[in-house]
Amino acid sequence: MKTFRIGGVHPSENKLSAGKKIEPMALPKQAVFPLSQHIGAPAVPCVAKGDMVKVGTKIADAGGFVSAAIFSSVSGKVAKIDSVIDASGYRKPAIFIDVVGDEWEESIDRSEELVTKCDLKPEEIVAKIKDAGVVGMGGACFPTHVKLTPPPGSKAECVIINAVECEPYLTADHSLMLEKPEQILMGVSLLMKAVNVTVGYIAIENNKPDAIALMTEKAKNFPGIQVVPLKVKYPQGGEKQLIDAVIGRQVPAPPAIPIAVGAVVQNVGTAYAVYEAVIKNKPLFERIVTVTGKSLANPSNFLTRMGTPMSQLIEAAGGMPEDTGKIIGGGPMMGKALLNAEVPICKGSSGVLLMSEKESLRGEEQNCMRCAKCVAACPMGLEPYLLAKLGEYADWERAEKEDIMTCIECGCCTFTCPSNRPLLDWVRLCKNTVGGIIRERNMKK
Amino acid sequence: MSPHVHSGDSVSKNMRWVIIAMLPAMLWSFYAFGMGAVIVTAVSVASCVFFEWAINKYILKNDKCTVCDLSAVVTGILLAFNLPSNLPLYIIIIGALFAIGVVKMTFGGLGCNLFNPALAARVFLLISFPVKMTVFPEVGQMTAYADAVTAATPMANLADTSLLDLFLGNVGGSLGEVSALCLLLGLVILLASRTITWHIPVSILVTVFALTGLLHIAYPVEVATPWHHLFGGGLMLGAIFMATDYVTSPMTPKGQLIYGFCIGFLTVAIRVFGAYPEGMSFAILIMNAFVPLINNACKPKRFAKEVKK
Repeated sequence: MKTFRIGGVHPSENKLSAGKKIEPMALPKQAVFPLSQHIGAPAVPCVAKGDMVKVGTKIADAGGFVSAAIFSSVSGKVAKIDSVIDASGYRKPAIFIDVVGDEWEESIDRSEELVTKCDLKPEEIVAKIKDAGVVGMGGACFPTHVKLTPPPGSKAECVIINAVECEPYLTADHSLMLEKPEQILMGVSLLMKAVNVTVGYIAIENNKPDAIALMTEKAKNFPGIQVVPLKVKYPQGGEKQLIDAVIGRQVPAPPAIPIAVGAVVQNVGTAYAVYEAVIKNKPLFERIVTVTGKSLANPSNFLTRMGTPMSQLIEAAGGMPEDTGKIIGGGPMMGKALLNAEVPICKGSSGVLLMSEKESLRGEEQNCMRCAKCVAACPMGLEPYLLAKLGEYADWERAEKEDIMTCIECGCCTFTCPSNRPLLDWVRLCKNTVGGIIRERNMKK
Repeated sequence: MSPHVHSGDSVSKNMRWVIIAMLPAMLWSFYAFGMGAVIVTAVSVASCVFFEWAINKYILKNDKCTVCDLSAVVTGILLAFNLPSNLPLYIIIIGALFAIGVVKMTFGGLGCNLFNPALAARVFLLISFPVKMTVFPEVGQMTAYADAVTAATPMANLADTSLLDLFLGNVGGSLGEVSALCLLLGLVILLASRTITWHIPVSILVTVFALTGLLHIAYPVEVATPWHHLFGGGLMLGAIFMATDYVTSPMTPKGQLIYGFCIGFLTVAIRVFGAYPEGMSFAILIMNAFVPLINNACKPKRFAKEVKK
């Protein structure tokens, strides 16, 4: 079975909410929309305090080409434009909307009817995706229309759909595949048409046999799309690792992007959002969110409107357990610990994970015994023990030579270290500093 | 900061696997050399642990329990594995003090030492007590210790020794080195528990086998068969438990192969052409010194990039 070639680890999967039906989450009293929900320029508000909005009304325009518009997920009245602490832990500008009723824009097709025909031209598809504010739903939130506009001189050869969901605990993509397989496949067809290719791969890890079987069965009706089962290994959902696993090509170090090897990678949730945007005229304002944790009464997958506070999801899944030590936005390997439970669900919120105080504790740090397990685990072929030491000793020059900038911060090194060393913490610190030095140098040129 | 989960692996878990892997050879030594082996092992382990604890507490004034990581126990057993079973107690204690006190703790404890502590101590004792360190009790004296009947190592006239005896361990020698079978069992345990990878032991054993094979074909009388070299002396012990020491071996598979090849080459050179009948300890210690260089020269294969010089 296929997988990526270098490094990787296999954390306990803990997919507690696997196989649970997607349940719609109740509307919040107030929805909060941070203006930076994507990589690139923040969106610019196009509503003012006191304006009435409907579900699907645009409330902020894209702030540039690499940016995305934001749409209201609720109907009601704009209460204020203020700031909120989001999943990154920083205070960011945001639009607050008080919810009144649930009135949708008339342009949105709310029927469940499956449409598998589309006569739009590629550029019309990309335009509709852009106008719906669709971004990568896997967590990085890169605006989708940018990825579908290859830079001059490059040519896409295939679309790879990331449905591996290699993060432990998360099951949002899994549940979506089980309930909306045809819509996803149609979304993939649209993406393939948008970049003018005839080959599409849907990569699913082997721990989801039901999804592999269902998608393979349904894919028979969609020419050019092939389901690729992959061996379970983290970080297979990393873009570079995924391309390596599926088509055996390795994307060179930045500034090269996947199109350099002919690949356009999109998350499976994004494919679904593309279907809704193009076929149903529905902008991106809701998503599946996994709420999970070992002490949680009822781990679930919720269809959640953007802007809903995480606390509401936790309540619906049985309430915050007594022993909670950490709330994590995303999965345990790359997710971020949140400052509070009032953080709103955004386009990139794939999960909310509650960890007990005991699980949150790190083991006592010991001397590095040079076992080389971090070197074996690193999927980028780096030497984490060395990079961490260079960070400690502030040797930025050597760290740059040792390719620290290619680190994808997947956390395999810290995960695997028998001495409980905070390897990635040091590497991140070092990488940020080296990145700053490189930017400064480039500006002087 | 992510990641928020951990594999659960720990230093002491790895050390525990090493100890488990050493058990077959240790039990064989108790069976072959009787009381003497038990006394030497017990004293060696006890003094290694004591010295690490005492140095931490009274010299470094450090509250951390580094004894709990079991690395001192591993050093103690390995040191005992390298000693004859009739060695006087004071020599064992000097060896332990040298291993822990000089080779390990002065450099900063676990992970910081350049040389393998047990091996450096063995060589230190070999040079300091050349006679006592090179006569070994004969097998099968269950109750003997200081009064055991001794003979020189079979390495002195390797070609005349029965191959089966070498393989099983029915020969004189240091405690842990005699039974190739038990040591290979240890290798299987280390590999199965993923404590080590195959690169170092296999590259050493293959190199020694190939080189002595060629030499045996060229000089059938002077050089023993490659099988004798493989199963005789400290080769197995060194290749499986000494050269694979995390701290003093290279970090990448490629570096480990080079390291293993060089150890094999040096071992054969010393055994066949040198003044000592046994070359494993020297070969490993010499290569220990090259590990930082090997680490610098052998980078792992970076993603999407050919290996840079």
